[in-house]
Amino acid sequence: MGSRASTLLREEEIEEIKKETGFSHSQITRLYSRFTSLDKGENGTLSREDFQRIPELAINPLGDRIINAFFPEGEDQVNFRGFMRTLAHFRPIEDNEKNKNSSASEPLNSRTNKLLFAFRLYDLDRDDKISRDELLQVLEKVDVEQKMSIRFLH
Amino acid sequence: MLLMLLLLLTAGTGTGAGTGAGTGTGAPPLRGPALRSSPPVPASPSASPPLLLLPKPRAEYGAPGVASARSAAEEPAGGGGEEAGEQHHHHGGGFRVVQWEWSYVQTPYIIAIWLLVASVAKILFHFSQRFTTVVPESCMLILLGLVLGGIVLIANKKQLYQLEPALFFLFLLPTIVGDAGYFMPARLFFDNLGAILMYAVVGTLWNAFCTGFSLYAAKLVGVIDERVHADLLDFLLFGALVSAVDPVAVLAVFEEVHVNDTLFIIVFGESLVNDAVTVVLYKVYISFVEVGAENVQTVDYFKGVASFLIVSIGGTLVGLVFAVLLGFITRFTKKVRIIEPLFVFLLVYLAYLTAELFSLSAILSMTFCGIGANKYVEANISQKSRTTVKYTMKTLASIAETIIFIFLGISAVDKTKWAWDTGLVSCTLIFIFIFRAMGVIGQTWVLNRFRLVPLDKIDQVVMSYGGLRGAVAFALVVLLDGEQVRAKDYFVATTIVVVFFTVMFQGLTIKPLVKWLKVPRSTSRKPTINEEIHERAFDHILTAVEDIAGLQGYHHWRDKWEQFDKNYLSKLLLRKSVYRKSELWEAYQKINIRDAISVIDQGGNVLTSARLSLPSMTSRASFPEVTNVTNYLRENGSGVCLDLQVIDNVPGAKVEEDMETHHVLAENLYKPRRRYQSAYSRHFMPLGEKERQDREVFQRNMKSRMETFKSTRHKRHKKERSLKKRRGSDSKEDGNEKPRRNVSWQDKDPVVVPVESEEEKGEHSDPEKEKEEDEGITFVARKAETPKIRPKSVPAALEGCHSPPAAPYSPTSEDSHLPWKGGVGSPPPCVSVEATKIIPVDLQQAWNQSISSLESISSPPAPAEPVHPRVSALSRLGGPRPASYTPPGSLAGSTSSVGAQVAQGSFCFPEKKEEEEEEEEEEEEGALQEMRPLMSSLRPPGAMPPPPQPPPGSAPGSGKRRNPCVYLRSFVTAPPPPPPPPPPPPPGDSRSRGPTQL
Repeated sequence: MGSRASTLLREEEIEEIKKETGFSHSQITRLYSRFTSLDKGENGTLSREDFQRIPELAINPLGDRIINAFFPEGEDQVNFRGFMRTLAHFRPIEDNEKNKNSSASEPLNSRTNKLLFAFRLYDLDRDDKISRDELLQVLEKVDVEQKMSIRFLH
Repeated sequence: MLLMLLLLLTAGTGTGAGTGAGTGTGAPPLRGPALRSSPPVPASPSASPPLLLLPKPRAEYGAPGVASARSAAEEPAGGGGEEAGEQHHHHGGGFRVVQWEWSYVQTPYIIAIWLLVASVAKILFHFSQRFTTVVPESCMLILLGLVLGGIVLIANKKQLYQLEPALFFLFLLPTIVGDAGYFMPARLFFDNLGAILMYAVVGTLWNAFCTGFSLYAAKLVGVIDERVHADLLDFLLFGALVSAVDPVAVLAVFEEVHVNDTLFIIVFGESLVNDAVTVVLYKVYISFVEVGAENVQTVDYFKGVASFLIVSIGGTLVGLVFAVLLGFITRFTKKVRIIEPLFVFLLVYLAYLTAELFSLSAILSMTFCGIGANKYVEANISQKSRTTVKYTMKTLASIAETIIFIFLGISAVDKTKWAWDTGLVSCTLIFIFIFRAMGVIGQTWVLNRFRLVPLDKIDQVVMSYGGLRGAVAFALVVLLDGEQVRAKDYFVATTIVVVFFTVMFQGLTIKPLVKWLKVPRSTSRKPTINEEIHERAFDHILTAVEDIAGLQGYHHWRDKWEQFDKNYLSKLLLRKSVYRKSELWEAYQKINIRDAISVIDQGGNVLTSARLSLPSMTSRASFPEVTNVTNYLRENGSGVCLDLQVIDNVPGAKVEEDMETHHVLAENLYKPRRRYQSAYSRHFMPLGEKERQDREVFQRNMKSRMETFKSTRHKRHKKERSLKKRRGSDSKEDGNEKPRRNVSWQDKDPVVVPVESEEEKGEHSDPEKEKEEDEGITFVARKAETPKIRPKSVPAALEGCHSPPAAPYSPTSEDSHLPWKGGVGSPPPCVSVEATKIIPVDLQQAWNQSISSLESISSPPAPAEPVHPRVSALSRLGGPRPASYTPPGSLAGSTSSVGAQVAQGSFCFPEKKEEEEEEEEEEEEGALQEMRPLMSSLRPPGAMPPPPQPPPGSAPGSGKRRNPCVYLRSFVTAPPPPPPPPPPPPPGDSRSRGPTQL
């Protein structure tokens, strides 16, 4: 798998992804192998079904939303670039990045982009507004269906 | 026999040291007969406590052995004396009326005195606010201990009291650790587990070795005096015991400093977890010292490592086993609530003792027992037990802490144990500080490579500076065998200095330091529901992303654990009832309780008080207060729970959304009230609390709702004006109104409502008058609302419901009761009937009835007899009233007012729903109008349609709002076909009725 991943992933592509997302080389190759292992159709893209095959995701109350977040509007396939772009939102912000990149275009893991991403998780119909309805759905997903969960906070 | 009695006696005095001691001197004659006459009686109560408490005095003074031995020896004599004295007393022989029984009560007496002194000292410290903010309590306690020790020393020439290791490890430490473990913020702890483990294991080892070797080096160099006979092993041993950060000291100091949570949990967690390291190192070194350094083989080092693993992991496992046991036991304590707290204490303590028994890490065991069991225990035991556990634990921990610090001070005065060597002391202080700082910096550097939120320099400074040493080190050093460790006295002295320096100097300065460095402080506020929900959402999101990315990270494992907990542990350890509760529900419940209490505190119970005729509260029931209440409600949003509902009622809100909201909160809506009744109202309410409480809750609901209406309605003021006018007109129309009302009631009566309902109206009218507009409004609103809630809540909340009134319709009830339903398709009559029921009665009644009706809806057509307490309470409205209920002179004047109110209420509601209506209403001011709104409101708030024309209104609601209604209906739990009204007055009838009702 790993070998295949490296064969399919061209160096310049890695460089581009690196530039765009800030992932390191090893992270990219690692995630690429994950990507290909998820890609049952072996067509270089992931479909919703591919995501839904992840067992842990099936029990995650917000799984569907996360999956949706990977797909740009109106599409039901996501390629590796899109995959990485979404994951990049979850990369921690590093100190040097904070200062360095302030002038350049905002990195995907900036605070604004993180917030935007989180916002979109709620905004189901993508009208740039979280309607009450949408909020309630999350609420319900998280707390009502998940009747019991660890109350570590208490 | 006699011996047994004596044992019991000692037990008795042991348990209540203070009282036992007090009676001991003055009342031996009393004690004698009491005991003898009924031996079994004292035996039973005192039998269980002795098990717990007897060992305490024994162990405490067992080490010196003087006190207990003496008292044991004296007991027979004393007891015999008593007995003999008793007998002689009757003969009038040479009996001493008062006897000095000091030796008999000595042990408990001294303990009690110590506790008293310590507690009083605490009080004194806290007299000066400014003083205590500067000087930590632990410092003051140590100083006090020094003074007391000095006094004792001067008086006795010999130090009698000292911090005994046995006392410390068996009793004082567990109380503190137990408290800390049980109330440990578990999530915070596990989120930082990596850092904690790192500091606790690596850091402590580093400190221990470095300190040991450095001291040895210092000794070789000659900085440390020759008199200190210690070789490398001794220094390593000393380094081990003096290097561990002490949980007691850390707690005492950091609790007052209020650094941010992360910092605190890291330092404190480290101090707890490093116990395993300390214990192992200590034991390993002791054994090495015993066999001699030259005999130590390499195998022994590996044994040491293995021992560490066993001690730490074993201790943790023991703790977890007891946690499971505790959770499991508390699952079944429903019938014996009283001893619930006892189980908590016993099992947590047993976890400690068991670990100690196998020489595992007792602190780890206890900590994990507390952490593990907390969730399940808290969910299982009752609210009161929770409070009891909390307070008892805090009290014990506080006392233990006080004693520890005082005794530390006292012990320091004991010069026989001292052997001062400036070199050793100063070297130790310096090394400890330096290595702590180095260790922290080094480890943080490593940790920060992995931590999402790195620890910055300020954190590191505080962590280094917060490495306080305390009583654990002292107790361990006292435990050393002077034969084998010849430098013990030097070590003791040094340890004391180190402890004093860290606790007093660093404890004193850490606060200014934290301030100066601007360390982020902790905020004591609890996370809001919103925060918690979003936090949870983010947990799920992160877990999902980890899963997608194929990482098995922290979130992945936590999710796994949560699944495991949900699927197995919770089922095993939680009560069924608890298990089903959602967290949101709990939060909701908490808020509800808090609101209820605050409302009552603020006089909110005015509403009910008059009605309930509670003497204590009546004073509060005054007109101005009522308005205050409403203001209050508006201001503080007491409606929190209710707010969601309220929102629904706002005109124009999407009905679907309402339904969603209700789905979310549906079950919660009624349960909390139940709980809250049983939990908090008991003290306030006399008999029949249930119904009253219910009413109160409902009223509050209505109040808040009304408030929101007011605020939302822009035309409200107009409304009021018109209302006033109407009221004025009402007075004229009184005659009219009365008849109307009567009519309506008559209509009803046939249905079900007993005549008494009238009475009720009268009764309730008094309070209502006070409330005036509010009531009317509220009530109507309520009406509208209930139906919505109903569907979902019904299953959960209402069991065998059906108040008498409801019963008749119940079959058709669903449709008929739901206003909109009626509007949609059901013959208006039913609706109107229902409405009539509600309206004429005052708020509470209206509420109750609506509820009951709803309940009936929920319950399948066949209405069972009132089963549920609440329901029955509700149903009682129709039924006979307790005498207490009738407010004075309520009947006479009330009727008219009621009518007016009703009218108002009716008005308001429609307005809210549809403003057009309002306008119309405003324009026409007449009885008719009043009636109309009422009708419309009654009918289908959801349906809305036929407001203006009262007569037509009766017709099935058709209008814009229709769709929502349909929608709602679909939500409603499988309603039978719309409107087969059982008490079916024909539509035409309904028309006439509508007006008549008013």
